[in-house]
Amino acid sequence: MSLQTDFICSAAKTIHLGIISHKPEIETLDQAIGDGDHYINVLRGAEAIANMTDELAPLVPDEALNKIAMKLLSTVGGAAGPLFASFFMGMAKVAKHNGANTPLDIAAAFAGGVQELIKRGKGKVGEKTMLDVLVPVAHTFIFSAIESKTTKEICIDIQIAADKGLASTRDLVATKGRAAGLGERTIGHLDAGAKSCQVMINEVCNLILKTDS
Amino acid sequence: MKKFVNNVDHMLTESLSGFAKAHNDLVSLHLEPNYLTRKNKAKNKVAIVSGGGAGHEPLHAGFIGSGMLDAACPGQVFTSPTPDQMIAAAEAVHADKGVLFIVKNYAGDVMNFEMAAEMLPFENATVLTSDDCAVINSTFTDGRRGVAGTVIVEKCVGSIAEAGADLQTCKALGDKINAQTASIGVALTSCTVPAAGKPTFEISETEIEMGVGIHGEPGRKRETMRKADGMINDMVDAILADLQPKKGTEILLLVNGLGATPLMELYLIYNTAERLLTEHGLKIERSIVGNYTTAIDMTGASITVCVLDDEIKQHWDSPVHTAGLRWGV
Repeated sequence: MSLQTDFICSAAKTIHLGIISHKPEIETLDQAIGDGDHYINVLRGAEAIANMTDELAPLVPDEALNKIAMKLLSTVGGAAGPLFASFFMGMAKVAKHNGANTPLDIAAAFAGGVQELIKRGKGKVGEKTMLDVLVPVAHTFIFSAIESKTTKEICIDIQIAADKGLASTRDLVATKGRAAGLGERTIGHLDAGAKSCQVMINEVCNLILKTDS
Repeated sequence: MKKFVNNVDHMLTESLSGFAKAHNDLVSLHLEPNYLTRKNKAKNKVAIVSGGGAGHEPLHAGFIGSGMLDAACPGQVFTSPTPDQMIAAAEAVHADKGVLFIVKNYAGDVMNFEMAAEMLPFENATVLTSDDCAVINSTFTDGRRGVAGTVIVEKCVGSIAEAGADLQTCKALGDKINAQTASIGVALTSCTVPAAGKPTFEISETEIEMGVGIHGEPGRKRETMRKADGMINDMVDAILADLQPKKGTEILLLVNGLGATPLMELYLIYNTAERLLTEHGLKIERSIVGNYTTAIDMTGASITVCVLDDEIKQHWDSPVHTAGLRWGV
């Protein structure tokens, strides 16, 4: 398992299609307790990245990740743009420093991305945001990699962590992000940002599982 | 929805183009990334750059010109602009004395301006405005929201920058004004975001939203519609509770329309607010009434009080030549 630019490009296309196929769920969640623009913002970003794979292909992985960050920053807007961009900038920084040649390297890069996103958004787990998916996934990724599990096992562990993280947002009261003003009314709904992150992570894991077998 | 629209996706560009044509003596428009700059680049001063989602006109582009802003970055309706806009705008107006960003306190705006500030290759600082005393945390913010008080900050900071002050002095004045300014709004109807095509929130003929935000975010309370004086009294009380001014304090009183309230009613609000504040022992030394920070087509108004001192008075009174504010020139 190593992170190559051609994989980043296939993952970008997979994420784009994954977001489109989950349109109704993401939209319904955001209309229930958000302001209804999350799907369209995420789609705009995913589409822009899927359309720039020719530009990304000749770059080394950390450069490609940085280029993705810059594109997201100029196309997504709102709060989601800087948050997703920070994720890829953080990932690029760690990947450049450590390389991304082993599962543990990639897990560290992913965790670096989550750390940068947390710094930007000043959020934490339990506030009913995308962090409720991203933080447990980062933990699981690192633990599974430390235990030298196979690529397949790591992917399955990550998918389970993402599912659980998403499910945990159902009973949380939103205290951060667009849904925060609604307080108790947010209980019983999944968070739309957590959902779109779970979709992206799930799709990329499926892509790895498919190519790995 | 009944609005002047050709294609909802082109609305912002068409409006910006119209603005730039109508005020071609004052501003230049750059598209992709979108930003507007002062027609004649100012020399040897701190460049003042603001920006935010569209829908609050004349904020911010309407305040570009001598004595106020050097550039503004409009985002999509109610959506923060992006760092590439801010960087391009800052680079266009930077005149070797640094750039000061004036940013309303909303999560998206704060993060986008923060990233732009980190990426800029020259000295810069940011004034965050958070004058709305209606709610502490809202749908869009951590902390208080930035609303119509932003206009007072932009006017005075623009003036001190024009006078040649350095970056830290400009920032200090902006922070000071923000700290001694309080606003609160009330909505009689919702606004309609063109791309959404339907009102942002439901509100009946007999209800008002006290403390509403400039994007239609919930405020303090959904209340029953009543006589104007009752509503204005509650708004003035909220402001006084926040600022706690001593008797004899000099203030600036701004009555701001949220987009669809006629001036006749805004002056009625001013009349009552002026009486209540005077009864409280405050001296209204400066006043302004009009649509300065709007929420598209919301029927409603906000009241802003800024506690004055000689420095703020001097910079409020100095000449300004913009599409939205013009005096002394």
